[in-house]
Formats: sequence, structure tokens, C-alpha cells
Amino acid sequence: MNAETRVQPCPVPRLVEVRQNVLKQNDVVARALRERFRTAGVLAVSLVSSPGSGKTAFLEKILTFLHSRFNVAALVGDLATENDAARLARSQAPVKQIITGTVCHLEATMVQNALDGWDLNQLDFLFIENVGNLVCPSSYDLGEALRFVLLSVTEGEDKPLKYPTIFNSADVAIITKSDLAAAVEFDEEAARRNIQAIRPGMEVFKLSSKTGEGLTGFLEFLERRHSHSGAPASN
Amino acid sequence: MHELSIAMSIVEMAQEEAERRGALQIQAVHLRLGQLSGVVKQALLSSYEMACAATLLEGSQLLIEEVPVVAFCPKCELPQLIASIQWFCCPECGTPTPTVLHGKELEVVALEMME
Repeated sequence: MNAETRVQPCPVPRLVEVRQNVLKQNDVVARALRERFRTAGVLAVSLVSSPGSGKTAFLEKILTFLHSRFNVAALVGDLATENDAARLARSQAPVKQIITGTVCHLEATMVQNALDGWDLNQLDFLFIENVGNLVCPSSYDLGEALRFVLLSVTEGEDKPLKYPTIFNSADVAIITKSDLAAAVEFDEEAARRNIQAIRPGMEVFKLSSKTGEGLTGFLEFLERRHSHSGAPASN
Repeated sequence: MHELSIAMSIVEMAQEEAERRGALQIQAVHLRLGQLSGVVKQALLSSYEMACAATLLEGSQLLIEEVPVVAFCPKCELPQLIASIQWFCCPECGTPTPTVLHGKELEVVALEMME
């Protein structure tokens, strides 16, 4: 052993405190979006669910109904296709597709970019349909005022227990395809119990986009939320 | 599977911090991961290794502290540790607990760096 190695202290890593939210960048953009929505008087609502639970059919109905009295628009996330936007365009509301490529969820910057060219002051409602996925979207704030989680009667009553994180992150639960409930022996009471176990007090709607059952109550809820958001009505 | 993009954000953040402080290498990242963060620990660990390749963090460790869910019990008027994320209620009195206080964390708390 030579003298040099003896005096060389063993390098010890330094512990540096950082305390930073990993999704800080997303959260900053989301907060700015929320503020933009608020000042423009837009009620921004996001929709999450597993693939095939009826988000697009639901949105098509809602847009069609609201379109006659309000200014509505929608952004729809999809991995690869523009099919949803084409379907929703039938409602005559402005619709933009966000193709996420391999990304399994929407992020706040995608929403921000998609809004380019739209005057938010002209809108009353903005719907943001997330990619069909009950896992990844839960971590990303999109600046929405309300997050709706959809659960179709064909999926089983225990969906909330299987995906507690996203159900807990949502503000409203919507049970869709109610016209099929009897055929699949959907246990509504169990579904409601499971939803309440994950998010006590969460408002729950049950409806059918096909028959229109339950839509009136839901539309009234939306209008109420819009007027409560203090947003000025547009012309 | 969004853990890879989360891992890349962690690496990017750590890398920026290291460069700012003139560190040569990062040996470990300390992360607080909430049970309700929507991120799966195992998936994050394997993604992390990939995300570290060819960066100052290559070969570093991701040390994860799991944060359980704590909710406010309106009846006991106390924060309570939730026993199961399938059932948000107070373990003491059974009252439903809609207000989550902890468990959504996804936060880098510290870095171990060589300068």
C-alpha cells in the first residue's frame, strides 16, 4: 500500500434533498389549463373507462343533446385511429382527435396542444375523452373540473374494487348500457356499494346511450354544474 | 403501462439536478410512492433500469418508500391509516372516509450523488 492510497478518502456519495413531484411538469400545465377553463367559463369534463364501456356512444349522445342550447366541443384520445372523432363529428360539435401513438393515457400538454386554434371563450362545455384504460390515466391531471368514470353493466359490478385508484380519482361514476342490465344480470346494488366503498359520497348516474334512459337527469346535472361554476353563458 | 414514462421523468429530473450541482454520477434516487399514485412498484423498477441507460444514473438504485393511504375520519376527527384500498373507511369506527390525505405521492425526495 502506498501513501497516496492511504490518504485518499473513500468517496462517499452526498445525499441531496430534492422533494419534487415527478409529474410536476404535467401538473403545472394542468393548473394553467384549469385556470384558462375557469376564466373562459368552460366546464371541462374528462371521461375515463376501460375500452368498450361506451364512452364514445355516451359522448355522441351528450354532445347532440347539448349542442342545440350550448356551445360544446370535445377532444378524444385514441392510440391509433380517428374513428371516434369521425363518429362524434355527427353531433356537429367541434371535435378533435388526439392520437397518442403508444402512450396509454392523455397528458396535460396533449390537451393544451389540441386546444390550439379554439377560442375557449366561445365554449360552455369541453369534454375530454381519455384513452380507454383504467390504470394509466389516473396519474395525470388534465385540468378538468370533473372526472367521470364510466362502468358498463357488462363489465361486472366489481370493476371499482379492481381499479380502486382510478375510481377514487374520479368525481362522478356513470353506469352505462343500462338497457343490457337485465340480460347480463347486473347487480346494481353491488355496483353502487363498490363505488361507495372506493369513493364515499360519489355521485352515481345510470343511463343508456341507446334508449336514452337516465340521460335527462344527467344532462340536468351537467347544466347545474355549468351554472354553478360561475361561468358566464355564451351567446 | 405508463411506468416507463414516469421512470424517464425521474431520470430527467435527477439528471438536471446533477448537472446543476456539477455532480459526476448519481448513485441512488429516493422516491416516495403512494399506494394511490397509479404507479406499480415492480413495473417502475424495471422501467427505471432501462431509463437510466447511458445517463449519469446508469447503474444507480431506485429506493422506493411506499406511502400507505391515510384518510381523514370525520367522526374521529383524526387522520387514519386505511386498511384496504378496496374500502375507504375508518379502521377505528367504520365511518366512510372520502378525504384522502396521503397515498397519492409520486415524489423524488433525495438523490445520492458523487461530486
